[in-house]
Amino acid sequence: MTKDVVILVGEDDEGHFELIRKNLLRAGVSNEMHRLANGQEILDFFLTMSKRPKQKHNGQKYILLLDIRIPKVDGVEVLEKIKQDKIFLKLPVIILTVADGPHTIEQCYNLGCNTYIVKPTEHEDFEETIQKIGRFLSVVEVASVK
Amino acid sequence: MKKDMVILIAEDDAGHFQLIKKNLWLSCTEYDILQFKDGQQVLDFLFKNRRMYLEEKKQYILLLDIRMPKVDGLEVLRRIKADEKLRSIPVMMLTTTSEVSMVEQCYELQCSFYIVKPVDYHHFMETVQNLGEFLSLGGIRMPSIGKMKN
Repeated sequence: MTKDVVILVGEDDEGHFELIRKNLLRAGVSNEMHRLANGQEILDFFLTMSKRPKQKHNGQKYILLLDIRIPKVDGVEVLEKIKQDKIFLKLPVIILTVADGPHTIEQCYNLGCNTYIVKPTEHEDFEETIQKIGRFLSVVEVASVK
Repeated sequence: MKKDMVILIAEDDAGHFQLIKKNLWLSCTEYDILQFKDGQQVLDFLFKNRRMYLEEKKQYILLLDIRMPKVDGLEVLRRIKADEKLRSIPVMMLTTTSEVSMVEQCYELQCSFYIVKPVDYHHFMETVQNLGEFLSLGGIRMPSIGKMKN
């Protein structure tokens, strides 16, 4: 993942976001990061982008870390809406959530999430998980939105 | 749940395969690893006699090279994602090809992630180790392939 990839974090819990940011950084991921605090904010972010003239968003790369239990519009619906838009079809979405039901997991994969990770409840495990995600993301290539 | 994960590796280069397997095994100790030497072999495994090879309870993930004899990785990806049952199998590209157009094309065809094999041996090992640590995360969840007809 090159430095120009922007990491979007769909996360209502500010404490979790801070942990995510801090541990991605520890794993050497110093990319620009934004928190989008609820489902509506995420959808608005992408809607604004898809309305922009093509040359303005051409070339920009994003990765979305998406929680499921977020206010206003939940993560599953956000995922569905994003993946329906062919501009964002190539956007990697990593579900990062406490939700661990088989139905939700299947549903997210059917809707096109790239991977699904359950947040560990233990603080240390959570930190370690994020660092491993960070080191994995460092070796991944991302396509730009178009 | 971890024991039920099978990592399929489609890789024609024997040296690369050994390196990938060895470094995945540092963390993915409980997973089965299967090798396929070209695109045709992996398609045969997935599409022929599915009921014989693929187990419903298990979860599969495919690490897919692009430049391979007989059938290339792009075609393998296309065939998997066009199949109603197999499309849920996460496919990670692991290739020396780093062209932007190839990255775009693979994401368009719904690969899960695209990883470029570093030319430097040590970087290559490190890359695979990072991938292995990710795949062995306690929290990672994979889709099951469900009931196989055929």
